[in-house]
Amino acid sequence: MNNVIVYCEIEEGSIVDVSLELLTKGKSLADQIGVQLDAIVIGSNLKDIGKEIFSYGVNQLFVADDPKLYPYQTLPHASIVSKIFEEEKPEIALFGATSIGRDLAPRIASALKCGLTADCTSLEIGDHEDKKAKKVYKNLLFQIRPAFGGNIIATIINPETKPQMATVREGVMKKEIYKIGHKGSLVELDLSKYVDEEDFVVKIIERHMEKSKVNIKNSQIIISGGYGVGSSENFNLLFKLAEVLGGEVGGSRAAVDAGYISHERQIGQTGVTVRPKLYIACGISGAVQHRAGMDQSAMIISVNRDPEAPINNIADYAIIGDVAAVLPKMIKYYKKNTK
Amino acid sequence: MKGLKIIVLAKQVPDTRNVGKDAMKANGTVNRGALPAIFNPEDLKALEQALQLKDKYPGTTVTILTMGPGRAADIVREGLFRGADNGYLITDRKFAGSDTLATSYAISLAAKKLAPFDLILCGRQAIDGDTAQVGPQVAEKINIPQVTYAEMIDKVDKGKITIKRRLERGVETVEAPMPLLVTVHGSAPDCRSRNAKFLLKYKHAETWTEKQRDTEDYIKLHEDRPYLDIAEWTVDDLKADETYLGLTGSPTKVKRVFNVVFTAKEAKVLNESDSDIEELMKELIDNHNIG
Repeated sequence: MNNVIVYCEIEEGSIVDVSLELLTKGKSLADQIGVQLDAIVIGSNLKDIGKEIFSYGVNQLFVADDPKLYPYQTLPHASIVSKIFEEEKPEIALFGATSIGRDLAPRIASALKCGLTADCTSLEIGDHEDKKAKKVYKNLLFQIRPAFGGNIIATIINPETKPQMATVREGVMKKEIYKIGHKGSLVELDLSKYVDEEDFVVKIIERHMEKSKVNIKNSQIIISGGYGVGSSENFNLLFKLAEVLGGEVGGSRAAVDAGYISHERQIGQTGVTVRPKLYIACGISGAVQHRAGMDQSAMIISVNRDPEAPINNIADYAIIGDVAAVLPKMIKYYKKNTK
Repeated sequence: MKGLKIIVLAKQVPDTRNVGKDAMKANGTVNRGALPAIFNPEDLKALEQALQLKDKYPGTTVTILTMGPGRAADIVREGLFRGADNGYLITDRKFAGSDTLATSYAISLAAKKLAPFDLILCGRQAIDGDTAQVGPQVAEKINIPQVTYAEMIDKVDKGKITIKRRLERGVETVEAPMPLLVTVHGSAPDCRSRNAKFLLKYKHAETWTEKQRDTEDYIKLHEDRPYLDIAEWTVDDLKADETYLGLTGSPTKVKRVFNVVFTAKEAKVLNESDSDIEELMKELIDNHNIG
């Protein structure tokens, strides 16, 4: 009762990263308001799924395990999760802001008539005073997200409805095991009580998942390029530097739109969010939408001809110069000084 | 096959994609007035999917349904210019302040008023909020299935529709029964341009409110050509329960808003000289940022 519940997504038999990030965040929120962390997993062949999930500090794990439940379909998953919420009356419910989470969470919020905030980048616990109604709400979930095309950051609350629901973007929160060997209880759901045959009206005919080849999200060093890099040829310099430093190459939306680099490498509000140790921004002006995806980087170096480029405002080092001249020198002096 | 009855949900939004210098006021707040009001881009792609079905299956009708202030009638007109058959504007001050839940309640009532229909199409999300919530919430309130992130609506056969979906890491093809709600992904094809014939035909299409400003001649024009009427639906027309509308009907509240202001931090400025770059690389190596 009044717990924090995380809906965990399954892909190819394992829990996706964003769900583990949410379990980590969920545990911290649950501790702050003095309740338990629970989780829901819906899919097929989930026998050993508990081991990994419990180590994140999960108390109760609700499992619906049936061949019909994988791959994900909206109606059966929505029906199961809604019923669990009605029984458990959670305080807070979290979903990944993924293809699945953004399809599922609104359907549930509508059925339960409760508030939902999409694509949060930060979650906090705080009190809220409604001065008009002379009412103080303790321990609300502050749901923080960019809005209006990334030009504003809004804090959203749902004071009156429970659960307080939010979807959270992948990669913005840390993933950290709570305790290896932490014990929780497994609740196996009797499917007949949670879904109807009619929930399976949408049939999946064909499914083709591509394994993501690039993994910029988990890279500690990212060399990223914008429109200012000027050409695909110049982007090769970024790849060379990345290879030398042991990093990955990313790009801004403008660089992707210009065809300099593939979409899967896009960083920013409409791409992935990254927080590497080192982010080298080459020919990136630093639009808000791009900054939203990288401003948590531990160190930022910008390479830009324009000394007034907004990226310089968040950079630790601003190199005023040409990408084609600066990058070869970085490679040269890195090699020289590590030998 | 007989034609389909399709409703396209469309939203008028401020164009947040090209926020230029004049879009921010001196105090760092967003100057909404400086942003042009446009047809939400993914809703336009949903309209194209509807029009393609209309091309393929004669007898299909396409209805634009929008919600907003009076000027949102522009969205209905834009739809008519591109090939929609008619349109409705949900408008009432009592809707002001609605979050996605309250909005989807109002839209679901309007859609039920337009029933029976085969399909509701809308964009995945609107660029002013990017929530992607209204589509699925409307589907839930009407109690019909949803198919999100459609890239292509392939065919309709024996009451079933085949749709290709674009997911984060792949594609999926599904077959679904109708009535159905479909949200259309940005990777779907762009909408066709305005058609000169429709532009002439619907140039004077107006809502009742807009007509009040017209001269006698136009009022006569509307009497002769009822297709020029854009219906307006208020809270009363929809028989909506006011507790589910506007701020009262919205469980989410905005506690505070920060404008993203470019806060200057002291960056160490370097130039592209050999000595500057070598110094930097040494520093990074010494501090274990790299290597």
